[in-house]
Amino acid sequence: MIAIIDYGVGNLFSLSASLAHQGIPYTITCKPEEIEQADALILPGVGAFGDAAKRLQDSGLDQVIHKQTQKGIPLLGICLGMQLLFEKSYEYGEHKGLGLLPGVVCPLRPDLPREDALVPHMGWNRLHIVKDDPILAPLPENRHMYFVHSFYAKQCQEVLLADAEYESIRVPAIVGRGRVYGMQFHPEKSGAAGLQLLTNFARLLSR
Amino acid sequence: MLAKRIIPCLDVKEGRVVKGRRFEGIQDVADPTAMAAFYNAAGADELVFYDITASADGRKPFFNVVKKVASQIFIPLTVGGGIASVADFDMALSSGADKVSVNSGALARPQLIEEAARKYGDQCVVLSIDCKRVNGCYHVCSHGGRTDTGRSLIAWAQEGVARGAGEIVLNSIDTDGVKQGFDLAMLAELSSLRVPIIASGGAGKKEDFSALFQALPFVSAGLAASIFHYGQLSIQELKSYLAAQHIAVRQ
Repeated sequence: MIAIIDYGVGNLFSLSASLAHQGIPYTITCKPEEIEQADALILPGVGAFGDAAKRLQDSGLDQVIHKQTQKGIPLLGICLGMQLLFEKSYEYGEHKGLGLLPGVVCPLRPDLPREDALVPHMGWNRLHIVKDDPILAPLPENRHMYFVHSFYAKQCQEVLLADAEYESIRVPAIVGRGRVYGMQFHPEKSGAAGLQLLTNFARLLSR
Repeated sequence: MLAKRIIPCLDVKEGRVVKGRRFEGIQDVADPTAMAAFYNAAGADELVFYDITASADGRKPFFNVVKKVASQIFIPLTVGGGIASVADFDMALSSGADKVSVNSGALARPQLIEEAARKYGDQCVVLSIDCKRVNGCYHVCSHGGRTDTGRSLIAWAQEGVARGAGEIVLNSIDTDGVKQGFDLAMLAELSSLRVPIIASGGAGKKEDFSALFQALPFVSAGLAASIFHYGQLSIQELKSYLAAQHIAVRQ
């Protein structure tokens, strides 16, 4: 059973519909005791980093996540959920993340060479695989994934598994170390290829 | 590099798809859920679900139908028709939509764009504009094109973006249904806007899409209904053609 951590950030409709479609058992919960029962965790999220990080801290869910990942329970952060895995974010100020992966989150805009480049980075972009990993096996045939974000991870080469090129900068798309993974795009919105990645993650449970 | 998006539009009236046709493997072509699942599998990059009479009837889209559609597709979904308040955004998004399209509701009360963008972010708010030529000027229309507001296209588009619209769909009433290509001259008016522009109205063949993306590189997506619904062109065939023309698409 996968626990989708519900900490009041974002809409879980598509994510739960995707897992249901793939036949992956899941539960949506904010209860520490239920999260501790789960074989794997998904940390979703859209919105602002500071607000989301505070919700995790205030609810004590950050400690639960730390405890479970230390036990080797697989964790997948999606979009803002991925950004929260890093040490800190410079989204409107400076905010501490979960620190499960090395790296920081910065705004895209100042790093884009063209002043009229569009932000958010929104749409279908192609994955470029940097490093082999169980989450990429099997690799979906179609490698376009759906992105919507205005901030991106930096200084995370150590844990970089795949990236995507946007306006000549490389945007980390999949990061991972051990059993902690993050996806900047929305696998639940990325068609068959995204569903394949969710299934790959669910398969880690049996490893 | 972002792929150019190909977006079929499901025009829904009384819970049924208008302009449906017989597709292999689909029993009920007017069933929005079956049509949505078909397009999801066929390689559509996004779907627009538009309740075409909601605004004129002064009611909300069929959110129960939206929910069913949303649970069957794993690509972005935009919902529109009769959206007039932030409460409508709440309903649409909790029914599984990723973006909400506003048109007449925003013309009547432009603050709607700001209110929704503040609550859900710019990327959730799509400003859909129906436009036609009147004495050589581009006029914005409301209520499914039935009312000329007298507003100029560029002024309204700029205002929409300034208020927080994250994307613009431009429907040319002049080319809609004519099938002689997208309205490139009208679309060119929007070249200076810094949000994705979606072209709508006039697609009749695959070459119309390549002409669109080659002539106007700032355009992010092409939207069409009948050309796909009537099976004149499959999404796969269109994408293979665009890829051969060196236009980036998701395949």
